[in-house]
Amino acid sequence: MQFDRELGYLVGGVLVVLVLATAGGQLLGRRVRSDAGRATVANLNARIAGWWVMCAVFGLALLTAGVGSVVLFGLISFLALREFVTVTFTKRSDHQALFWTFFVITPLQYWLVADEWYGLFSIFIPVYAFLFLPITNALTGDMDQFLERTAKIQWGLMICVYLVSHAPAILLMLDIPGYEDQNGKLLLYFVLVAQASDVLQYIWGKLLGRRPIAPNISPNKTWEGFVGGVGSAVALGTLLWWATPFNPWQSALMSLAITLMGFFGGLTMSAIKRDRGVKDYGTLIPGHGGMLDRIDSLCFAAPVFFHLTRYYFG
Amino acid sequence: MIAALVAAFVAVLVRILCGPTVRYLRDIEGAPPRVFFANHSSHLDFVVLWATLPAAQRARTHPVAARDYWTRGRVRRFIAGRFFGGLMIERLNPTSEDNPVEQMLRVLDGEDSLILFPEGTRGTGEAVAPFRSGLFRIYESRPDVELIPVYLENLNRILPKGEFLPVPLLSYVTFGEPLPRKDNETRDDFLERARETLIRLEAA
Repeated sequence: MQFDRELGYLVGGVLVVLVLATAGGQLLGRRVRSDAGRATVANLNARIAGWWVMCAVFGLALLTAGVGSVVLFGLISFLALREFVTVTFTKRSDHQALFWTFFVITPLQYWLVADEWYGLFSIFIPVYAFLFLPITNALTGDMDQFLERTAKIQWGLMICVYLVSHAPAILLMLDIPGYEDQNGKLLLYFVLVAQASDVLQYIWGKLLGRRPIAPNISPNKTWEGFVGGVGSAVALGTLLWWATPFNPWQSALMSLAITLMGFFGGLTMSAIKRDRGVKDYGTLIPGHGGMLDRIDSLCFAAPVFFHLTRYYFG
Repeated sequence: MIAALVAAFVAVLVRILCGPTVRYLRDIEGAPPRVFFANHSSHLDFVVLWATLPAAQRARTHPVAARDYWTRGRVRRFIAGRFFGGLMIERLNPTSEDNPVEQMLRVLDGEDSLILFPEGTRGTGEAVAPFRSGLFRIYESRPDVELIPVYLENLNRILPKGEFLPVPLLSYVTFGEPLPRKDNETRDDFLERARETLIRLEAA
């Protein structure tokens, strides 16, 4: 991966936004009077502080090129899986299967990314791990709720590990003619659009949100937030076309795919939370909740963005 | 010095492995002696409870351990006896010379604290078993010692009874208020009250 002027612009742009957001949060903090307003601003400032840390960690990972990104997303998967399994009902007899999931399958999947072994990377979990886990559970002899228990572990692995591992794959397993050694920008572009969509939906929703899309699942997801957030994130993605192998309208369509998948990712992961009766998956990132609360949109968007790019541009 | 560094390192490792969310409903920074009594479903119970204590208190807090189990084999003897400074008690055939309660009182009289699992053995994690009477004997004869309930969640999922390898889920540790004193309470009423106070600390 090379460091060119465009990468510098992207990183600089992120820094400018963070500085502006921090200044804005401080100004808001001086102006609000009501208790509810103060709580919202305190949460907003905690979120902004969280963003500084996340951007710093992600920047460090990009600096070390491939290895850093594989390690970073591997850790993200590990922490997300930990939160997922913690809020999911598992039985004593699932212990062996869980041990394999955490300590063997997850590291192997990321080793396949680092090794750039695309063929096995794309089927290792959906074929081998998905057959191995029910076998392990069946061998314990405990058939109580067997299908549910097996499916939960499989789905946790799918969301937290398989889907997330497509993010570093953008860096390491896409060979785009005329865009050699520049995939770092594409990974940054993907993460920027996905996360900006989250933030913009939150802002539009706070400002204009009236009509909830799925009130039973997430009262904070509104039509106003959705349209405003997706619209402005697609606009941002389109304006960043110069950092990608896409032309402006291709970049617009790619951003649309990322933001739509991201929205549905957030919705699906919220549905699981409501089903389990928890508000957040964890407390790892102050203001944001757990790791899985932060990356729910990224999970669903990563494989779709990866494969669209691979199919049309690879 | 080295022992303290190793202890601090182990405490950090334990906290990474078991990811405990710790709640202190009462400040426990002050001077011992105290008895921390907790539900028991995993070998990790006393380790995590120890790791979530204020650093200065760890060296002065001794888990009460069953001699029949924890002195079997060198590894167990080292972990429970040497490293965690466990108090080995006879749970199978207590005699007046070899009396668990007397041993515990001696530790408390030396201004050190205890970690006690009043269920007497590890359960499945689904229910908290009735308490054995040792806690009541301490309550009766040492009115100045604070009895602090500590509710431990999910540790039986991280390392269940009978498993050797842990699965790194997240756990919850809740330190409750010291058990208030009550007059004219029978042994069984006290033990049931202590048990219910502990169960009410459940986080979820």
